[in-house]
Amino acid sequence: MPDDLWQPKLDQYLDSELSADEMRGMDAHLRDCPACVSDALHRLQLKRAVRVAGQRYAPSAEFRQRIEQQIAAKSRSRRGWLWVPALVTVAVLLVAAVLAERWYEASRSQQLLAELADLHVADLASPTPVDVVSSDRHAVKPWFQGKLPFTFDLPELEATGYSLVGGRVTYLRHEPGAHLLYNIGAHHISVFIFRDRAEIDRLLPTRDSTRRVLSFHVESWAAGGLRYFAFSDASPEAIEGLCRLLQKAGG
Amino acid sequence: MGNRISGIKCAPSGLLFGAVFAREPTAAFDELAMPLFDCLYNFAHWLAQNREEAEDLVQETYAKALKGFSSFQPGTNFRAWIFRILRNTFLTSRSGLAATKTVPLDDENEPQQMLAVMHETPESLLLAQADQQRVQAALEQVPVVYREVLLLCDVEEMSYQEIAETLSVPIGTVMSRLHRARKALRAALESKGQEVKHA
Repeated sequence: MPDDLWQPKLDQYLDSELSADEMRGMDAHLRDCPACVSDALHRLQLKRAVRVAGQRYAPSAEFRQRIEQQIAAKSRSRRGWLWVPALVTVAVLLVAAVLAERWYEASRSQQLLAELADLHVADLASPTPVDVVSSDRHAVKPWFQGKLPFTFDLPELEATGYSLVGGRVTYLRHEPGAHLLYNIGAHHISVFIFRDRAEIDRLLPTRDSTRRVLSFHVESWAAGGLRYFAFSDASPEAIEGLCRLLQKAGG
Repeated sequence: MGNRISGIKCAPSGLLFGAVFAREPTAAFDELAMPLFDCLYNFAHWLAQNREEAEDLVQETYAKALKGFSSFQPGTNFRAWIFRILRNTFLTSRSGLAATKTVPLDDENEPQQMLAVMHETPESLLLAQADQQRVQAALEQVPVVYREVLLLCDVEEMSYQEIAETLSVPIGTVMSRLHRARKALRAALESKGQEVKHA
């Protein structure tokens, strides 16, 4: 008769599921127990018969091809979708780059206008806001000759409400320019004239338009290769009126 | 547990999966899943006992596996994972539901009563006759809950641990079902043997 201790473990032995110690123990037992050897042999025969008989069904070539095509189709579909996150990433980066560029330009533009505002305020606070004091445009304009690498025309202001106070040389981004001071009522209007450089153009995305910087109204335009800025705490209409006069004079 | 002597027949396990998965997932799926195609179909046909239904099962298994491949954990057993998908698909199919309804619940805690296999056993008679068809007929008679564990162990040569993962049951249950499955197969073979004797 098979051994009561080892015989229940024969299936696990044949399935290679005993521990290493138990495998060695079973090996040793089978050398001394013909009944268990016979039992194990028949179990092994049954196991092998099931293995052979169990490999019964084979898929058709057509079915295999169908499944392969199904996987390939999914793969193509997924590969297509893989572009979506990539495209979204590129789009987001592009939008971020454009926004960053715009923000940077806006920031630099604000910085430029703030510099002009500082010049305007500093001059007004100065005991000598202008170096050439005259309401006569024919006196002020010649004063700038030899001081600036350009020349400009100033308008006749008679009966306009505006009056010329005078002017001085100023600098913006290491570039010399004219700073003219006008009055209208109790308000002062600074007019800055510089050469129209690409560097400044880039910083003014909305050219020839009135803006508001640090509570000042600002108008800027380009004409004849020059860039004009008008700064004041006066009303936009008052600034615009002076600008029209300057533009008519050739500015 | 000792090392399996004969090794895995159909495909490598998922242990080397990480490197493959790092590349294109669908290509990795193809590399892992297609070598199992024959095994999965054979298993499906044994479960369903019908070619059309077996093909449907395999097709649905591949579709589900591919869809859920991103949730597969690299380093775990891919074979057990995809066999489990197939088996669960079968269990929710019409024939799967019918098969499980007709199989009595086995008592997993029932002590294993081993049958001593004597020299004149039904299987020895039949195996001596090399009657493969009768073994197949006997396998067909075995309830599907036992047939599947026999196929996974003896045909797919899965370890008890792999079978446990595939069937989502403890290893003790695997051992218990295997014992019952072999007992049921012997009974079926004995019945076939009697038919041969009387023929």
